[in-house]
Amino acid sequence: MAIGVKVMHRPADVSYVRATLKGMALTFKHMLQPKVTMQYPEERSTEEWRIATRWRGTHRMMTDEQGRSKCVACGLCPQVCPANCIKLVPGEDEEGNRYPLIYEIDEFRCVFCGYCQEVCPEEAIHVGVHYENAEYSRDRFVYDLERLSSQTHPVSTLWDPSDPRGQ
Amino acid sequence: MTPEMKGFLLLTVIKLLVIFTMLMVGVALLTLMERKVAGWMQNRPGPNRAGPGGLLQPVADGIKNFIKEETRPAAASGVIFTLAPALSFIPALMLLAVIPLAAPLPLDLDVTLPLIGHVIYRGALPISVADLPIGFLFVLALSSLGVYGVALAGWSSNSKYSLLGGLRASAQMISYEVAMGLSLIPVLLMSGNVAFSAIIREQQAGLWFIGPLFLSFFIFLISAFAETNRLPFDLPEAESELVAGYHSEYSAMKFSLFMIAEFSHIVTISAMVATLYFGGWDIPFTTWDEQGGVLQTLATHGAFFAKMFFWIFFVMWIRWTLPRFRYDQLMALGWKVLLPLALAYIMVIAGSIWGAGQLGWSSPRQKAFFLLGINVVVGWLVFFILDRGRIISGADRRSRDIGGVARNVVEA
Repeated sequence: MAIGVKVMHRPADVSYVRATLKGMALTFKHMLQPKVTMQYPEERSTEEWRIATRWRGTHRMMTDEQGRSKCVACGLCPQVCPANCIKLVPGEDEEGNRYPLIYEIDEFRCVFCGYCQEVCPEEAIHVGVHYENAEYSRDRFVYDLERLSSQTHPVSTLWDPSDPRGQ
Repeated sequence: MTPEMKGFLLLTVIKLLVIFTMLMVGVALLTLMERKVAGWMQNRPGPNRAGPGGLLQPVADGIKNFIKEETRPAAASGVIFTLAPALSFIPALMLLAVIPLAAPLPLDLDVTLPLIGHVIYRGALPISVADLPIGFLFVLALSSLGVYGVALAGWSSNSKYSLLGGLRASAQMISYEVAMGLSLIPVLLMSGNVAFSAIIREQQAGLWFIGPLFLSFFIFLISAFAETNRLPFDLPEAESELVAGYHSEYSAMKFSLFMIAEFSHIVTISAMVATLYFGGWDIPFTTWDEQGGVLQTLATHGAFFAKMFFWIFFVMWIRWTLPRFRYDQLMALGWKVLLPLALAYIMVIAGSIWGAGQLGWSSPRQKAFFLLGINVVVGWLVFFILDRGRIISGADRRSRDIGGVARNVVEA
């Protein structure tokens, strides 16, 4: 026998017929058990399974009562972003309020770390509990301000150091 | 042409069409059933998107395979590459022609049809395309023809994986052919005939052969699995080592033909097991089914179908239970276990039948019960004495046979 061949130590008095019958009883038992598959497009969460509240998916910009984005263009999120995927050009209106002229997130570059949500002083940008992002063209993955504001999915509850297990 | 001749031809063509259609539709549904059973055994629902409960899945698969691109390796051997799927497909189809699917239908046909003319058929119409007097010899002969398709497919693809698959297939099918043929000799000894109708008659008179010829059934079943290249003997395919074995290079409808051939083999093998060992179309504990009539024919066909269906399910059940054999284990099982066992069993059965004759128990029922008793003893010997890690040697045992050298090397 070649060197290094792993030799399985089997009990010498194994009955193959009995082992086969045992295996067949097992598979037959499994046939009668309830099925565990989740029928995805129809059901997206079941009683046993739902998407985690700490899931970090595509972003969402929060808006105030007038429907304007809460962002004050402070520039912290592009600063903290490790993937450099946020493009922010600040503007200022006649009353001296800062607002984003351009706010774009390239979701292909994004690594979904959630730092933008953590660093945001106005609780404006959030990562969302959302995973169905398919598009027909690549440039649709650069989300602009309008698109970020119109998202409605729930936002991520980030990790809380005082409650590390989410209890 | 005489009206009798016309009647025979007409009815044969009708039977041919009906059985062919049933087989093709059945095979299509079996591909779905295979996937469903696979799903259920893994706690999944199986395919359920196309049509109600996934019933249109075979149609979708068929359309897909028809419109797919036909690929052909540049170095493939043209004619044989095209011919090979047909070569494995045709014998698989022809096998079912000889198996009686129901009790003979008593018919008194004397009509004049347009285009055909005067047609006469009198007597019992056997519900099989051809009630051949050579019976299961025909099945054995044709099922060994199937190896040509597989071996040629493997060779003509000009791919190392295909070639290995083809070689394995031919070695395996030829080896198990021997055990399969020998395992059927006790059936011949019991019924004194190779024709299926005679075998069924013998089982109706005595017992179903599963009882008096249990080991023969066991050997036949294992050999049949090897003949159909199904798990646990699907080494010609062996997707973990040979991509897809002999049909690696095939695509579209040519690939489908191999699949159809495999599934029709399953149907035929299940029909064979049902006919040879489970009484064929016989309904147990009643003689009503032997009287003949339309109702009897339908009921016996139902009985036959139920038996055949169970064995088709059994094939799938085994597939999703057992892992694949190692190649040396496969060969050892065929040549070192099944072949001697079949030979010894022929001796035992021949001796027992002679002994029963000497004791004056010559009616089918007495003979069957006598052999049943013998089989309980023989079965006990085989399954409780012989089968203790001796039937198929594991790697451990093999190393001990060499003298424990390998084990010492590993342990050192």
